[in-house]
Amino acid sequence: MQDILDQLEERRAQARLGGGQRRIDAQHAKGKLTARERLDVLLDEGSFEEYDMYKAHRCVDFGMASQQYPGDGVITGWGTINGRPVYVFSQDFTVFGGSLSETHAEKICKIMDLAVQNGAPLIGLNDSGGARIQEGVASLGGYAEVFWRNVQASGVIPQISVIMGPCAGGAVYSPAMTDFIFMVRDTSYMFVTGPDVVKTVTNEVVTAEELGGASTHTKKSSVADGAFDNDIETLLEIRRLFDFLPLSSREEPPVLPTHDEQGRLEMSLDTLIPDNPNKPYDMKEVILKVADEGEFFEIQQDHARNILCGFIRLNGSTVGVVANQPMVLAGCLDIDSAKKAGRFVRFCDAFNIPILTLVDVPGFLPGTSQEYGGIIKHGAKLLFAYAEATVPKVTVITRKAYGGAYDVMASKHIRADVNYAWPTAQIAVMGAKGATEILYRSELGDPDKIAARTKEYEDRFANPFVAAQRGFIDEVIMPHSTRRRVLRAFEMLKTKKVEPPKKKHDNIPL
Amino acid sequence: MTTKPFQKILIANRGEIACRVIASAQKMGIATVAVYSDADRNAEHVKMADEAVHIGPPPAAQSYLLADRIIAACKQTGAEAVHPGYGFLSERASFCEALEKEGITFIGPKPKAIEAMGDKITSKKIAADAGVSTVPGFMGLIEDADHAVKIAGEIGYPVMIKASAGGGGKGMRIAWNDAEAREGFDRSKSEAASSFGDDRIFIEKFVEEPRHIEIQVLADAHGTCLWLNERECSIQRRNQKVVEEAPSPFLDAETRKAMGEQSVALAKAVDYQSAGTVEFIVDKHRNFYFLEMNTRLQVEHPVTELITGIDLVEQMIRIAAGEKLALTQDDVTINGWAIESRLYAEDPYRNFLPSIGRLTRYRPPAEIRNVDGVTLRNDTGVTEGSEISMFYDPMIAKLCTHAPDRLPAIDAMAEALDRFELEGIGHNIPFLSALMGHPRWREGRLSTGFIAEEYPDGFAPTEPDEAALGEFAVAAALLSHIHSERNAWISGARFPQAERRAQEEKVVRLAGAERRVSIDDTDGSFAVHLDGASRGVVYTGWAPGDTLAEVELDDRSLVFKVRAIAGGFNLSHHGVDLDVRVYSPRVAALAALMPEKVAPDTSNLLLCPMPGLVVSIAVKEGDTVEAGQTLAVIEAMKMENVLKAEKRAVVSKIPVAAGDSLAVDEVIMEFGE
Repeated sequence: MQDILDQLEERRAQARLGGGQRRIDAQHAKGKLTARERLDVLLDEGSFEEYDMYKAHRCVDFGMASQQYPGDGVITGWGTINGRPVYVFSQDFTVFGGSLSETHAEKICKIMDLAVQNGAPLIGLNDSGGARIQEGVASLGGYAEVFWRNVQASGVIPQISVIMGPCAGGAVYSPAMTDFIFMVRDTSYMFVTGPDVVKTVTNEVVTAEELGGASTHTKKSSVADGAFDNDIETLLEIRRLFDFLPLSSREEPPVLPTHDEQGRLEMSLDTLIPDNPNKPYDMKEVILKVADEGEFFEIQQDHARNILCGFIRLNGSTVGVVANQPMVLAGCLDIDSAKKAGRFVRFCDAFNIPILTLVDVPGFLPGTSQEYGGIIKHGAKLLFAYAEATVPKVTVITRKAYGGAYDVMASKHIRADVNYAWPTAQIAVMGAKGATEILYRSELGDPDKIAARTKEYEDRFANPFVAAQRGFIDEVIMPHSTRRRVLRAFEMLKTKKVEPPKKKHDNIPL
Repeated sequence: MTTKPFQKILIANRGEIACRVIASAQKMGIATVAVYSDADRNAEHVKMADEAVHIGPPPAAQSYLLADRIIAACKQTGAEAVHPGYGFLSERASFCEALEKEGITFIGPKPKAIEAMGDKITSKKIAADAGVSTVPGFMGLIEDADHAVKIAGEIGYPVMIKASAGGGGKGMRIAWNDAEAREGFDRSKSEAASSFGDDRIFIEKFVEEPRHIEIQVLADAHGTCLWLNERECSIQRRNQKVVEEAPSPFLDAETRKAMGEQSVALAKAVDYQSAGTVEFIVDKHRNFYFLEMNTRLQVEHPVTELITGIDLVEQMIRIAAGEKLALTQDDVTINGWAIESRLYAEDPYRNFLPSIGRLTRYRPPAEIRNVDGVTLRNDTGVTEGSEISMFYDPMIAKLCTHAPDRLPAIDAMAEALDRFELEGIGHNIPFLSALMGHPRWREGRLSTGFIAEEYPDGFAPTEPDEAALGEFAVAAALLSHIHSERNAWISGARFPQAERRAQEEKVVRLAGAERRVSIDDTDGSFAVHLDGASRGVVYTGWAPGDTLAEVELDDRSLVFKVRAIAGGFNLSHHGVDLDVRVYSPRVAALAALMPEKVAPDTSNLLLCPMPGLVVSIAVKEGDTVEAGQTLAVIEAMKMENVLKAEKRAVVSKIPVAAGDSLAVDEVIMEFGE
């Protein structure tokens, strides 16, 4: 009996060695952890339960029959983060470069099915050279099986992809269909076609880092939602994100006990809005002063910085925040910001995360590049997302809410539940100067008259009370009491129930 | 005595000093009027005063410096007297005269005294006539080397031989004997001729290891004049006082008395009536020489108030109303020790360049009065959310501590600085904290060259010693333990973690070192081992989200500022500021495999050192520049800052142009080989 037990330990030990010590050392030399080491960091200590440790590929072509590594280049199973279950796969670059074979894909599919069935999130740690070329179409089929499951799981369980090495070609489309993608700076890249192919086809000379490194995808392409300095920092931050998310759409977001007072007043918010309406201020200060413990997990902080998206907690419960950022492009809406926020709002709605919207928006960014780029349809994404969202929605207008952008930013009319405004709010079709120039075109030659007209318009509309008179604003609140007011609104809304009309699915303008 | 010298006074100032004066007036039952510029509409002094009058746009020259506006404000509000604070109109004789003409009392000395002391040459002459010790020197120009030797002999060595047009150390020589005086004269003369085109030379006494020590005087209109002991203000940076104390650690009773009596003699000589300050320079042999007299309330007056118990502002108001001083010289004593730290919006990591912006966080330590012998006073004119603007002095607050003796006062200051939370702008707390731990400062071995001598290459944060590293490691491990303990209470956890965590091993990585901390958590009391050695039971009331952590370790209470970072905390305490990572032993072993990331090389870039406006760009793309050559001029806080090349290089790109507004670290130009 003991011999048999010992044999199991031997098999396990062999499997744990992956592609062997030499390849493990090479992985370390690149500043990367191995697949198993990464799971040690991501999961609670001792919580990982591995499945399919001995699974091996069935390929016999190109001499593959003699090359067998138990596990076939990916480690799968489940574990916990702060005691809450999560399904994981971690590709092992030391085995066939982490390449995806039919069996490798089967392992991932098995835990994806379990994750959906049991209602727990999926985190994939990607570090793979791509398809297992020796297997041909069997490998491609494997990818597609994963893709299909990503789509089935979308909106059912949170799916997080972490790119911790190469991720190229077809491999990129599984992460692309998950909820969040995070990258490790300098050691990860993602692209559909690599620099060599780019050179051959288009004559462009570009490095892998420039083409698909963390900087490219967090700033330019917005493919990635964040990047961190190394494997350890990345995985610890994923743990932090995980604590904000519900296990599935069947559950409410988690609650974390806090000492932070519900009624904490922030007197300094009363001086945040500058006297000059053209002067920017940092909207992040409002978020940090409203949030429990000043904690804000920002999504896409380097892309479309004119809008801020991320998670905070209020009274311990997760809330998604969308906020115009006057520091960048005056906080206007444009193609990128509408796409960024629209996707974030839909994630929150899918997973029962209430949405706090902080508004200071002068309108949509004008110009040919925006119009040619399709701002009409892209802007509609955010409008659509807000309008279809049935989670509790609380809106605070801090300053400008002009024109169509006012409607878009979780206005009463598209069914925000509670709409607050600071006394500094200006809710109007446009700024006073622009409005008078249209309304009093005939007086444009007389600067004194125009100034008087502008003043008249300002006095009439540069405040929240016209909207409040109509009930579009439920209450004008003191900036210093924002945390208390918003927190109470969300507590009140915890029992909100809305039955959307029955449909197969909506048709958001993609 | 609770008489009310005035019904209503106006304070012709802003910021902390306006608040300070209003506080004393309120205590005396006097109504107060504040004045404000556009930039100060919502300032604290405006909120504190009973009334406030708007006097113009932000620049001081168009508001706080306009005597007419102040006088109009007095008439409008019926204020009977004006307290000028310091700066602005406080030492303008013409302002006093204008007030007198309108029948408004100036809370300060008479115009004649201001005028007499306002002129450097006149004031020295009056001082000398009044028997005040002045720096020995020859008022005229030196004709030749023989003349130089003769004069030097009369003054007494060492002497300073200076070019009349000199500056920046050029054309300056110190001579200790005749030979050096002769040689120094020749060298200075030729250097002056080549550097300034002006070879006029003069000679004065060279003060060795000079210290700045000043005497506070208080005089009424009835012939009483008292000296209220000294303040030492040797900790200066570019002639700006940073830290002051009273008494001076250097003076003996005899010197103090001599300085005090001479100061009184000078005050009497100009019929001084109010609070005033006589500044001296003191050499290492305790010889003291008159510098100048400041005919106003000084910034650093609180340290005198703390050791004498006299409210100087109250006395100024009473004197102005013609009251007789109710004190005698015998009533003036020295009780304990007081230190003042000036908190400036200046970034010590950027060579103390001014920093402007919004105080997103401003949480000073609580003011206390004689708790365990310690008093903490914070004079300020700002609050959280205030704007530090480019228009005025960048001082944020004057933090003062008082204790029975010097070292306890310094320690109280160190702790108060640890508790002082300031965010949104660069500030000098790291420097002040480091100074409080500096051995030479603690020993009181000061000179006005202290900062230049001790920080010749600019300020660098304090390097933690072994003991400090241990304290940081224990604190961080404890915070991390409390944090992960709390996180284990997240709803929906199916596999409770708490039991396992009652006994936790942590590996702490900080400043390139690694420390092992084990924590035995029994109902919130923590038995701690550091690297295997017991550190006993450690207490802290810290909860996640708190920005200050008080940690009781080895019977000492340590206060850390806390900011969460990925995998740990940024902690600062006593001038040491560290990113501290706290890992489980397993994660720590893996973290050791991570390569050290080097910050991107910015040596081929000229970055904007502060937010400002590009006044001019002095070079073109393609130019070769030499070390020291002017590259660009940036205007910030009314100051034109000249940016110079650090090394020879070729300008490869200039992405900005004159007139652009730049943020900190924005690229002004790029260099190639």
